Amino acid sequence: MSAAWLHLPILQVVLPLFGAIAAAFLKRSASAFALALVVSWLMPVIAGALLWQVLTGGPVSYHLGGWEPPWGIEYRVDLLNAFVLLLISAIGAVIMPAARRSIDLEIEADRQPRFYCMFLLCLTGLLGIAITGDAFNAFVFLEISSLSTYVLIALGPDRRALLAAYRYLIVGTIGATFYVIGVGLLYLVTGTLNMADLAVRIGPAWEAQSRAIIAALGFITVGVGLKLALFPLHAWLPNAYTYAPSWVTVFLSASATKVAIYLLVRFYFSVFGSAVDLDLLPVATFIVALSVAAMFLASISAVFEPNLKRMLAYSSVAQIGYITLGIGLQNQAGVTGGLVHIVNHGMMKAALFLAAGAVLLRVRTVRIAELAGIGRKMPWTMAAFSVAGLGLIGTPGTTGFVSKWYLVLGAIERGWWPLAFLIVASSVIALVYVGRFLEIAWMREPAEGLAEAADPPGSVLLPLLILAAATIYFGLDTALTAGIAGQAAQSLLGGMR
Amino acid sequence: MDFFRTVADHYNYVITIFVMVAGLYIVTSRGNLIKKLVGLAIFQTSVYLLYIEPGKILGGTAPILHPDFTVYSNPLPHVLILTAIVVGVATLALGLALVVRINEAFGSIEEEEIIEKDRAP
Repeated sequence: MSAAWLHLPILQVVLPLFGAIAAAFLKRSASAFALALVVSWLMPVIAGALLWQVLTGGPVSYHLGGWEPPWGIEYRVDLLNAFVLLLISAIGAVIMPAARRSIDLEIEADRQPRFYCMFLLCLTGLLGIAITGDAFNAFVFLEISSLSTYVLIALGPDRRALLAAYRYLIVGTIGATFYVIGVGLLYLVTGTLNMADLAVRIGPAWEAQSRAIIAALGFITVGVGLKLALFPLHAWLPNAYTYAPSWVTVFLSASATKVAIYLLVRFYFSVFGSAVDLDLLPVATFIVALSVAAMFLASISAVFEPNLKRMLAYSSVAQIGYITLGIGLQNQAGVTGGLVHIVNHGMMKAALFLAAGAVLLRVRTVRIAELAGIGRKMPWTMAAFSVAGLGLIGTPGTTGFVSKWYLVLGAIERGWWPLAFLIVASSVIALVYVGRFLEIAWMREPAEGLAEAADPPGSVLLPLLILAAATIYFGLDTALTAGIAGQAAQSLLGGMR
Repeated sequence: MDFFRTVADHYNYVITIFVMVAGLYIVTSRGNLIKKLVGLAIFQTSVYLLYIEPGKILGGTAPILHPDFTVYSNPLPHVLILTAIVVGVATLALGLALVVRINEAFGSIEEEEIIEKDRAP
């Protein structure tokens, strides 16, 4: 046991990787599902143990192959990583039971084992980005997760899924290449790829090489911005989320963009922030402006969207705006709000997309106009949807309120009163698009096509109810989420110049 | 004159940036899905140049500890780019596979024709 205890960081990545390889050789869909289920349930156990190690003994450093950093690759887990790892793996574990039914509907049986293979590869990549302390290693994991994501999206039943996957491939590859150009420039200036070592060496290099360092920050911000769908680099997201198999959308919405945000935070605060005075680089104001644009424009797109899945996808772009807004605020309350919203939005959006997937499972459509009165036919599903929808708006008693509370505090602390007002005003637009659907779902007489509709089987309903319950629980008890996010924000900002 | 001097001294970067921008231009300007992928591959290739050139020192050898050699080229960029090349190949292969499937589903690989066919099912 003690050996496994020491090697937890590598197990977090290697287990899903080997699971993916094994799944590729399995013939039967049921056995591949069982394998994926076991692996995805082990992940939060490992992530939880890592968080425990960090909370009790400080950051964990794992040297791959016994090579000392900065020469070898280092896996470094601090509070921020552990937090993100736990989110990704917990969401994966909670929604995994729902995969079977949802996938049966949308993907042919002989392709299913390879679907689970791609899911496990994607999980490997996402957890890898979150755990590694090496900038180039992060690029490799970024591409592992991206390539498997393109395949997962292309598996969608509509032929437009292929086009959505192709477009995401083009944009995603440009993004990853921009990232690697930025890392290359940093390597030219400093001669190192280890993030902690970069932070030490950028400072002395600033005098002579400030232009290369600014260019590197620009390339990394744009590259990662493409992956996290920072407005206006979000064009790939609505179609990818709409046409991907429902379950894939649930997983991606809660994990892929969140990990990219983590990478941005890591570079912004831990690498650049600790080396140079960030006020010399006007990135923060830029990010705040784009975030506000996302909060409004994407929300307005959601209001006029006739397709439920795409409405939620636009809402994701808007919600990502809240997270980047918190990061751009660069103060304790703001960054706490941004980080806690990574988790809160992950839970809420997973619940919303899972409810949309359950609707698709029962009535084979997600056009809002055809879903009149769906709440009376699928009461539990729509109850969970409503709770998560209230969270999206930021109603007190849900997680969304906690995030927005910190964001408003952060804006006021900065003295940006109009921004605090804008945060509240954008919630009103969320109220419009969520409320519009809830009115159609609950108030109207059931439409003709819904006669057969009923709540989905337990394997789908239970994860949905767990996520909805979590939305309320973490809205009332903020010790775990906001508490850890606050500590992580403190250590990020404390390390800054 | 100073400007031309700088450009001439850094001609390798000029080539790298030219290849980079040419690749990006092809991706954004062409509607043919295969040509887009060609542009993407060219764009990725420019990054290989960006990494490898600075690692080479004229007259430097591979890093082998031997009394006869004192000047070494940095081997790390080569290793990194070996990985990046594998990633590039995988991306191109997946992209081409998607184009084959798109051609099967829509009967075209021209972006405008595909969008038109999508509107009128």
